[in-house]
Formats: sequence, structure tokens, C-alpha cells
Amino acid sequence: MAISEPIIAAPAHRDQQLSRTWGQPPGFWGWFKNVHHTAIGIRYMVTSFIFFLLGGVLAGILRWQLARPENNAVGPDLYNQIFTVHGSTMIFLFAVPMMFQGFGVYLVPLICGARNIAFPRLNAFSYYIYLVGGLLLWGGLLLNTGADAGWFSYVPLSGPEFTAGKRSDIWAQMITFTEVSALAVAICIATTILRHRAPGMTLNRMPIILWEKLTIAIAVIFAMPAVMVVSSMLLMDRTINTQFFNPSVGGDVLLYQHLFWFFGHPEVYIIFLPGTAIISTLVPVFSRRHIFGYVPIVTSVVATGFLGFSVWVHHMFATGLPQMSESFFTAASLMIVIPTATQFYCWMATIWHGRLQFKLPMLWVFGFFFVFLIGGLSGVMLASVPLDWQVHDTFFIVAHFHYVLIGGALFPMFAGLYFWIPKFTGRMMDDHLGRIHFWLFFVGFNLTFFTMHFLGLRGMPRRVYTYTPEMHWGTLNLLSSVGVLFMTAGVLVFLVNFFRSKRYGKLAGADPWGAGTLEWATSSPPPAYNFLELPTVNGREALWDAEPNQPIVGGIREDIPEMLVTNSLDSEPQYKEEMPGPSIWPFLTSIAVSIAFIWSIFSPWGIAYGAIPVTIALIGWLWPRGKSPTPRYDNPRMEKSWNG
Amino acid sequence: MLLLLGAMILTGCKREERDLRPSPPASVTINTAQVSGLNPGANSVPPPPPPNIYEESAYSVSEGKRLYDQYNCVGCHAHGGGGIGPPLMDNNWIYGSEPQNIFATIIQGRPNGMPSFRNRIPEYQAWEIVAYVRSLSGLLPSDVAPAHNDELYMKPSEQSMPKQTPTGVTGQPEKSQ
Amino acid sequence: MSAIFILAGLPGDHRVLQPAGPQGANIEWLYWVVFWILLVVYVLVVLGFTHAGKRAYTPARGILPIIKDRSGDRRAAWVVGIAVTLTVLTLFAVLFMTVITGKKVEGLTSKNPITIQVIGHQWWWEVIYPNSQPDQTVTTANEIHLPVGKPVVILTNSADVIHSFWAPNVNGKRDLLPGYSSAFWMQVDQPGTYHGQCAEFCGLQHAHMGFSIVAESEDQFRAWKEQQLKPAPEPSSPGAGHGREVFLTHACVMCHTIRGTDAGSRMGPDLTHLASRNMIAAETLPNTRGALAGWIIDPQRIKPGNHMAPNLLEPGDLEDLLTYLETLQ
Repeated sequence: MAISEPIIAAPAHRDQQLSRTWGQPPGFWGWFKNVHHTAIGIRYMVTSFIFFLLGGVLAGILRWQLARPENNAVGPDLYNQIFTVHGSTMIFLFAVPMMFQGFGVYLVPLICGARNIAFPRLNAFSYYIYLVGGLLLWGGLLLNTGADAGWFSYVPLSGPEFTAGKRSDIWAQMITFTEVSALAVAICIATTILRHRAPGMTLNRMPIILWEKLTIAIAVIFAMPAVMVVSSMLLMDRTINTQFFNPSVGGDVLLYQHLFWFFGHPEVYIIFLPGTAIISTLVPVFSRRHIFGYVPIVTSVVATGFLGFSVWVHHMFATGLPQMSESFFTAASLMIVIPTATQFYCWMATIWHGRLQFKLPMLWVFGFFFVFLIGGLSGVMLASVPLDWQVHDTFFIVAHFHYVLIGGALFPMFAGLYFWIPKFTGRMMDDHLGRIHFWLFFVGFNLTFFTMHFLGLRGMPRRVYTYTPEMHWGTLNLLSSVGVLFMTAGVLVFLVNFFRSKRYGKLAGADPWGAGTLEWATSSPPPAYNFLELPTVNGREALWDAEPNQPIVGGIREDIPEMLVTNSLDSEPQYKEEMPGPSIWPFLTSIAVSIAFIWSIFSPWGIAYGAIPVTIALIGWLWPRGKSPTPRYDNPRMEKSWNG
Repeated sequence: MLLLLGAMILTGCKREERDLRPSPPASVTINTAQVSGLNPGANSVPPPPPPNIYEESAYSVSEGKRLYDQYNCVGCHAHGGGGIGPPLMDNNWIYGSEPQNIFATIIQGRPNGMPSFRNRIPEYQAWEIVAYVRSLSGLLPSDVAPAHNDELYMKPSEQSMPKQTPTGVTGQPEKSQ
Repeated sequence: MSAIFILAGLPGDHRVLQPAGPQGANIEWLYWVVFWILLVVYVLVVLGFTHAGKRAYTPARGILPIIKDRSGDRRAAWVVGIAVTLTVLTLFAVLFMTVITGKKVEGLTSKNPITIQVIGHQWWWEVIYPNSQPDQTVTTANEIHLPVGKPVVILTNSADVIHSFWAPNVNGKRDLLPGYSSAFWMQVDQPGTYHGQCAEFCGLQHAHMGFSIVAESEDQFRAWKEQQLKPAPEPSSPGAGHGREVFLTHACVMCHTIRGTDAGSRMGPDLTHLASRNMIAAETLPNTRGALAGWIIDPQRIKPGNHMAPNLLEPGDLEDLLTYLETLQ
């Protein structure tokens, strides 16, 4: 059976068998035992979107307070908590969980042509840990214990002398939770991409989105430990009398900044590169051609991931470091523009030589082009040390990073959501409402953030809860706050659109866009087992390059969760592996780990005593399962092929 | 699990209060300070002292620490070790360890060299210093007591100070129960 | 996009682009050069995408067949290659100009500059003009005077958390890091008063931690410095005399220094020449009798969370105290 034809109706008995093998177990606890990537991916996307809405509400409160000089809607203490939790939510609880974890966990196994993600229980565990981290931060905010030292929580302000109570400790442990979650997902995704690709999907034929997810996974593995270390050092300084950041006894406040930004800069590429991958996925589909410059784009993606580790000091230009070393980082920060520029030109060439169907996701793609570019170019300004000396820590920076993060991640995210929600839910979103959403959001966004460039140039620093009327910052701030109304309206339109189309939208079918990657080779939404027949691949766009008789993978058992393991480079089949099935242990382990981490906020003994339930849970998790017995079949020919 | 989370954070409600313009407890409380170890009745059980609300707020205690430093309590008492003045991190309280006693010490002064800070230190700040002084001997729970300052002094932070049970109002050892 | 020009034209100063000194001017020059380059780049890329979109646009709906003809790609490869090369060259140009500007800005140096020590506190600026002789050392707060046209070196430090010293008209910013002292050079060529503000989040009143730089002629600067070195004058009127007594018997003396009296605390700003300053409370309030009264009675109303406690004074005491403070020229 050729995979170029959408597979909609599966033979009933195979569908039943496979669904039993791969699907969610029945009952209340079935939800907690589910280890299938599509379920976990949906949870990530829904949860992170809820955090996006919550973070947006906080932003609205910030802009309300800043709309007029000497406003007293929110006092300084609450304002500090709000902007800290806004930033932390958007970065740790929304951007990475949505762009990398949500899209990654859902799409990567499908695009690889596999039935599930590698290490499925670790993947499920990562979601629960992320959820607890998010609840911890927000629980803190709602109980007046919100972190209040900024999303990067510099010492000494967040340290033991200047932040009383548990605010910084809650921030530090939220970091631990979300970074453990991201690390776990990185391992799962990297392994899936390297070892579970469909036969025929050599590295040279891998979709760009898989290249990007692999790069990001490796970036996460190198970057996240830095922030875990630094947040743990902060926690230890605050609770057990270590002196890492106490200058009078040999500690160093700049150490914090170096460690934090060594993570912090790759973090923003961890958020931005998935955006570019979505663009690289959508542009070919809506230009009806293979992407132009596959090799340059892949090289650019990998180079950006790599170079992202070489630029962190550009967040510290104002600290008085030696000028020679700062210039090095200017050079590196300018150099990192080159891969992104290359990608832009390749996209432009793809559209230029294609047939552009300006469907709804493409509207958002063009929004990305125009919005992100402003942010990227203001980034060139900021790479330059003398310019950064003037505008660092002002609203110019706020404008820059919102342009690159919203332009570079949020616009592609909405593009991706409009593109893939038909796959997730089986129904198309309304085109007209989607366009209204776009224009409301585009206008509101530019109104809010473009004005901030001017505010920065006028001398308005960041993180101020108010300003005096003599500064003449009032009108621009008011305009900026008005823009929030438009953005909110746009997001509300999106929500209305989503809920309505989930019920009443046009049925999508397997492949409503005529796309080329493998997730479109199965029904919408995909069954629990992803593909009835596991595909093989013949080119960079699997569906477009498939032969009329493209082979399928046979010999994989359907009564146990078995997956094919392939070679990293050429994707040659190597062996079959029985994957873990649904299990309650990820959930129980996440509870044990949460107890240990949360207890440690209040007492250092939390780690010691909390290790006991964690050990028990891990023993349960890792308890060896025997191999499933080989099945017996009446048909000797079948038996030979299963055991051969 | 959510309940656990909630429970652990809820205990922090009072700990996290930050009153930036506090009004101090009524000064009537210091008039009921106990300066004698004797109580009427056969077993001489003292009534429990009224609490110092500032002892429940980590911010207030950290403000007390800042004020202890900046109003130069350190000059005579060091960081609890004492010098010209008696140590504050031990269990020996010459004039009583209850919050009202310490407040009276600060505001009224004491014979043998403790100045009176009446009118010089606002009352709510005096109560904050009281809370901090009690933390010096480990009398405050560890999640409220401050951690170490970014300074050079080698003593356990108030948070990790083992509790020094006060020896009663007049500094004499308590009668065994 | 015409909105840009409207927004830019709103009343108010783009301080970064109104330099009052050579370093600010160098940075402003770099800003405009880079800005125009980037604007050209933006316009070209936007035109490129717009043209690509228009050229390739098809209103056809449904699922169109995949284009297999890649003949245009070879030409596109050349164009992309040239575009990338131009990008690299442009970035090199920006790098070159950056390094040159950086050298010019940092290159300001002098054999005998005016030395000023700035120590950041939560939430005010301690300003010291050090001298080997203690009685020639000026200590003030929040207002920095300097003579025009002469290089000034600021030695930065912080008493508590990280602050950032930023006067946009003059130069970029320098962080005040506890445990580090860095030398930060500046020079102001045009006389005037220039606003500055803390630019690193430092806690509850980061928003109200301003300072000002008063650039004046050499003579005016010398006169100001002479005046600042003098101790507070004896009160001339009985009201002022009573005011000094109020100062010394209430909480004021616990935190503030007035040289010439017994008040010597270093916790808060030095008030010996309070009346000579243009603003109070770190550039939050004008230095007028009414504002000062409000500040003394309830600073927590104006800067909630700052380290000055409310003072409940009798009206007569307050009036006399204000009279005394007004004599501290």
C-alpha cells in the first residue's frame, strides 16, 4: 500500500489491536498512566497556552499601571512580583514548553514515522514536573510569595540579605522543575530523531524541523544545567549559608550573571529556532515546492544553535568588563546574524520561485517576516557595545526582545497552530476569524512595542513601576498600553475560533494542506498508534517524494508496543525494541520529586528525606520487565515473518 | 499533591506580609511587660506573652536586621556576640526575653549603659528590631529568620541558629518543672 | 509607518540622541549610521518579500501540484550568495564602526581628571569628591556638579545591590556592582542640568532613584565646591534654632549627617547642604518647603518601601525644622 494515499480507514481488527497496545488505558487512572506522545504533547500545548494567557493578563496589569505617570493602580511590591512572574511565565512556562516541548513532543515522532517517542515514561514524567513548577510559581504569586527580583533574579537583590521570605527560593525551585522537564524532553526528542526515524530518512533527507529539534535538544542539554546550577547556588546561599555570591568573603556577583546568561542566551535561541523551523516547514507547503537551500538552512540552524553559546556576555556589556573581551562578544553577536539572514534569503527565494497560496498560516508567516526582522535589526544595534551602553536595561531592550520573541516565536506559533490544529483536532479553524485575529494582534503588538523604542531613547529604564510627569513619557506609555487592548481582542478571537471549530469546524481529513511531511500521512487526529502502516521515505518531503509503490515497514509486532530502531546517519533498520507501555510510575515519581524539591525550599533536609520516596519511585519505575513472550500464530507464514 | 503544595505555601501567608507603612502595636503592651520571675499562685506559671506580630513576617525581621546594623546596635552588641554591651545570641536575658521586655529595653534604655531610643527610633521599627534580636538566639522559626548578610562575619546565620531557650525574666536559671 | 515620525515628534527629549558631551556624541553618531544602514536593509528585505509574494501569488484554492521545475534555483543561489556576502560585509562594517566608537568613548582619559566617587544605595546616590585631606572631601547626595569641558572619572561602587549609573545625555551606563569598583569616564561640554536614573532593577524604589548632573563653568563649580565644604551655619533665627533641636532630638539624627552639628550618621544622605539641591528624594520631588514637609512626614506615601520612616511631628516642630533645613545652603 502506498503511503502517498491518505490512510483513513484501518481494518477494524488491526485498529483495535493497535489501539489496545498503544492507547490510553481505560478509567480515571488511565489519564495518569498514558505515555503516548500525542497525549503528552496536547497536555503541553494546552497547559503552556493557559500560562500564556495568564502571563498576558499580568502584562495587561503592568501596562495599566504604566499608562499614566505616578499611577497607583498597583504598588511597587506587587508590580515587582507581577513583572517577575510575567517574564518567568512567558519564558519558562510558555515559550519553551510550547515551542520546543509541545510542538516537539507531538510532532517529532509523527514526522519521524514512528509510533511513539523514545523514553515514553520519561516524557510523561517531564510533563508532570513542568506542571508542578508552573503551579509553584503561580501559587507563590497568589499567596504574596511571588518571585519579585526580575525573571533573571540577579544577586545580591535576590540573595539572602535583600529578599526576605521564600520568594527567590520559589523562583529558584521553579527553575529546577522546568529545567528538569526540558532536559527530559530533550533526551526523548534527540533519541527519537537519531534512532527512530523511518527507513530511508537519511540525515540528508531529514525535514528541517527535525534538524532544528535535534539542535535545540542538544542546546538544552548544554544550557539548562547552567541555570540549574546557578539557581541551586542561589537557593543554597539563601538556605544553607553558602557564600557563592558574597563578595566580602570571596564570592562574586558577576559569577551569577555569567552562569545565568550562559544559559539565558541559548534559551532565547531555544525559543526562536523552533519558530524558524515552523517557517521552514510552512513556506514550502504554501509555495508548493521544496524549500530552496536545504543545506544552507540546515547549516544555519545548527550554526545558530552552536553560536548561541558564544554570545552571552552581550547581556553584561554595562558591567565594566574589559573592552577587548566585550568587543569579542560584539563580533560573535554580529556573526550570529548571518545564519538567520541566510534563512531569510532562502525563504524569500522559495516563495519567489514558487506558487504562493496565501492561506491563513501564511499570513502569520509574513507577519513573522516583518515583525521579527525589526527585532533582529534592533539586535544588531544592541550587539554594538557603545549603543548597548546607552540602551541596555531600558524600554528599548524591552521592545527588542518582544519583537524577536513575539515576532520570532509567537507569530510562528500561531502559524503553526492554524496549520496543525486541523491535525490535532481533525477540524479546520475558521479562516475569516483567523485573519481578524492576525490584524488585531499585528496592530496591537506594533502599537505596544514600537513605542517602547522611543521610550528607551528618552531615558526610561526597565522595571520601573511608575515615572514622574516631568519626564514626558506619559503619552507614549499610554499609546503602548492601548495596544494591549488590540492584542487581547485578537487572542480572544483566537480562543473563540478554536472552541467553535473544535465543534463545528470543517472536517480536515488527513492532509488538508497538501503538505509533505509524514504527520500528514495518517488520519486527523492520528490514532493512538500514529500510523497503521509504518512508512519509509524517499526524499526530503516524504509525501511529495514518495514512489508510487513506496515500501512500508513490516514485521513490527502489534500486540506489544514495539518500535523499529534505525541507524543515526542512514536510518537503516537495525533492530526492534519493545517500548514501555502505559505506566503509573512517571506520575508517582513526579510526586516524589516534587515533594523533595518543594520541601527543600523550606528546609535543607527536604533533599535528604525527600530522597527516600524518590528512590522508592525510581525502583518501581526501573524494575525490570521481562521480555514479552513471542506470540503463537495459526498461520505458519505469519509466524515466520514475525520471528524472522 | 496540590494539597501538599497549598499547605506548604499557605503556612507562609503571614511570613510573606510586607507592610510598608505599618502602624505599631499599641504601646499599652509594654506596660504589661513582665520584669519579675514571680507569679502568684502555687505553681507560679507565667501567662503566655502577647506575640510580636512582626515576628511572623520575614520582611519585618529582615528590616530589623538592617536597622540593627544601621542604627549601630552593632557598635556595642556586635552581631550578637556582645562587647561593650551584653551578648544577644545567648540564652541569658538580663531584662527578660519577651518582646515587650526587649522593646522596653530599646525605647526606655536600661541602667548600665543601654541608651534610650525614645523618639529616635519609630516604634514600629523598634518592634522590628525586637523581632530580629530574638532571632539572634534562634527563637524564631527558621523560615522567618533571616539568612546571612553579604558581609564578612563568621557566625551561623539567624536561620540556622540553634534555639537558645531563654533563662527567664531575670537571667536566673528557671526552676526545674 | 508614518506613525513613526508622529511618535518621534511627540514633546519630550530623546536624551540618548541629545548628547551633551563627546562620548554621548560619539554614540549618537554610531546610532544614526547604524540606524540608516538597518533601515535600508529592512526596506530591501520587506520589498523582497512583498515582491516575492506578489510574483508567486496565485488565487487558486485547493491543493495545487508540487512544482518540480527547479530551473530558477540556480539563479536564486547566486542571488542568495550575493545577499549573504553583502550581509557579512555590512556586519563587518558595523563591527568596525563599533570598535572605533568604543575606543573613542573609552578613550577619554586625562592626567588629572575630576574624581568623583559614586556609591549606590537603595535608593539614593552617595556622591563623594575624594581628597587626600578629609576636610577637603565633599560628601553630598544625588546631585553631581562638574565643570564643563573637563574629563571626570567616576569610581563606582555599591553599598548593597547592583545599581546602574546612567545619564543618557552624557554617556552610556555603568553598573555599580558590590565588590567591584570600576572607573567610568565622562565629560560634559554643554552647561545645563542633565537627568540620570538608576538602570538596574534594585528593589522597591528602583523607579524613583534618579540623580542629576549639573554642568557649569569652572568658576561656578569651584564656588559650589567651596560652599559644600563648609559646615552647616549656625541657625540665625530662634525658629531655625528650634528646628535644629528638633532635628537632633528626633529620628532624623539617627540616619542623617549635618556637618557642624552632632549628627553624623552615614545611613542616609548627607544633609549639610540640603537647601542647595534642586530636588530631593533622589530626583523625585522638587526641593520646596511643601514637598519637603510631605517627604519628612510621610516618605512611605511617596516612595513606599524606601528606608525612611514616617515622622510624626507637631506642626510647630515641623515648621521650625523646615526653617532650619532651608538655611542649609
